[in-house]
Amino acid sequence: MSSTIAAPAPSAPSSATSKPAAARPRTRKPPWVGLAAWVLGIFFVAPAIWMLWLSFHTESDAAANPPKFTAPLTIEGYRDFFGSGSASPWPALLNSLTASLISTLIVLVLAFPAAYALSIRPVKKWSDVLFFFLSTKMLPVVAGLLPIYLISKNAHLLDNIWLLIFIYASMNLPIAVWMMRSFLIEVPTEMLEAAALDGARVPTIMARVIAPVVAPGIAATSLICFIFSWNELLFSKVLTAVVAQTAPVFLTGFITSQGLFLAKVCAAATIISIPVLAAGFAAQDKLVQGLSLGAVK
Amino acid sequence: MTVAEQTLNLHIQAPGPNKGLRKATSWSRRAPLLPALIFMFIITQLPFVATLIISFVQWNALRPDLERHFTFNNYTTVLSDPDFRSSIMFTIVLTVVVVLVSLLFGLGFALLLNKPFRGRAAVRTMLITPFLIVPVASALLWKHALLNPAYGMFNSVLTMVWKIFGSDNPPQPDWITAHPRLSVEAALIWQWTPFMMLILLAGLQSQPGDTLEAARVDGATNWQIFRTMTLPHLRRYLELGGLLGSIYVIQNFDAVFTITSGSQGTANLPYSVYNIFFTAHDYGQASAAGVLVVIGSILIATFALRTVSSLFKEDAR
Repeated sequence: MSSTIAAPAPSAPSSATSKPAAARPRTRKPPWVGLAAWVLGIFFVAPAIWMLWLSFHTESDAAANPPKFTAPLTIEGYRDFFGSGSASPWPALLNSLTASLISTLIVLVLAFPAAYALSIRPVKKWSDVLFFFLSTKMLPVVAGLLPIYLISKNAHLLDNIWLLIFIYASMNLPIAVWMMRSFLIEVPTEMLEAAALDGARVPTIMARVIAPVVAPGIAATSLICFIFSWNELLFSKVLTAVVAQTAPVFLTGFITSQGLFLAKVCAAATIISIPVLAAGFAAQDKLVQGLSLGAVK
Repeated sequence: MTVAEQTLNLHIQAPGPNKGLRKATSWSRRAPLLPALIFMFIITQLPFVATLIISFVQWNALRPDLERHFTFNNYTTVLSDPDFRSSIMFTIVLTVVVVLVSLLFGLGFALLLNKPFRGRAAVRTMLITPFLIVPVASALLWKHALLNPAYGMFNSVLTMVWKIFGSDNPPQPDWITAHPRLSVEAALIWQWTPFMMLILLAGLQSQPGDTLEAARVDGATNWQIFRTMTLPHLRRYLELGGLLGSIYVIQNFDAVFTITSGSQGTANLPYSVYNIFFTAHDYGQASAAGVLVVIGSILIATFALRTVSSLFKEDAR
């Protein structure tokens, strides 16, 4: 406690400039906090580090027990994953990329105007509509799986990437509407009024006035939709086979052990997680807002 | 809310008294919303109607000889199936355990990260990493690289530690066979703790610093501040994290499918429905199970919607 009272002296001049909160020294910081956070953080991330570390070993070194910390590093696992012997993962990776990117694009095109109609120029009962979107997210996907399967089977859409694209779009649309709305309500009204007085039409206002202001929000929304599409397994497992299978479905080929294959599995898991890790780290500070559907800022 | 109401008033005044014009504006208001709404209705609502109808039809794809007719049998069969009942119980256990433990860990991490220390950003990045590993990849990592009895990380570390103390006979448990449920739960807790941490950290950072400062000046201890100020402030965030986490964990398929393939009592509802549909090909029963899952979810969703809406109103105030 004593430090709180003693410390203000050096920052005394700045307190005169009406910024007392910023000038005040930070509260007591016990040294154990940093240490504990570092130790727990490393402990917690250890499985992921372990995965990365094993992926750069030969199969026999990766399966060593106790672990060999001095074993030479190699990219054999990655080479093994991408080529030699087994089926190539490239088509699956490409399918995942296509499905994730196009479905995200569809989501943005649908969600942006919808969010506009729920925030800036709201329809009647806008909050009911908003909660309708949210409620679709709470219905378990397994319950809609069978009819979607049967309809696609009869329409000859099974194993077609476009089917997944539309399903992923519907999966992410509620999240995007909620997220975008939380960004749009922060657009200053004066800007919109000024544009309206200049005679700008609604699509023009959306594209020229609102979109640039909420661009960071749109980017964060896209990243989160991308992550969810990339991760999805159940639908792609049921609705695709050879042609349209996505990266997670490809990974399910590693569920049963195939002799010494640990380095290969770790390489596969690392490769397939890289896009999500990149997107997630890029959207780090907006991640919470997206995951909580804009309820938490 | 207030912002929305202001703009609402603004635009209601704009069209003037002309009735036809007002009608036109209400349609121009709706127009941007319709594509999204129609899209969602077609892809998410119509299949449920179909599921509901199929759930009352006797329909097994492997038995085309049987006549398809209206029946309640799907529900009675599903509900009297001990496997299905066990999967209901495990879904509840899995969701409660994963959500509560992740909330607890997440709270601990959030409290640490809310304090300033050197390298805070790096630790934060490390802590969110598990959430950014593709769920199937994470499940494979747990199954093969961590829990495997012969070469998994846990047993490797046990061997190493035992060796340090001069023992050549370390315990090497077969984790997944011995504790199948715990294995699935551990993998999911690892995955969901960062999510809880992020939400709770946002909650902690939204707490006004000056009132905490005032309390501290008044001589309140850290524990008193935590119990009487921080925890009540976090309540909504805990609820939100718990409910959003429940929505996702209750639907989990990846971990169960990958780690145990639903064996040894680890089949949860999504896995069971998948199984009835994909292995048994009994469309009627799969639909009945699906409808039951929906009914259960609606109960949870009602609470979730209420919480989200209260948080959302609070936020807009």
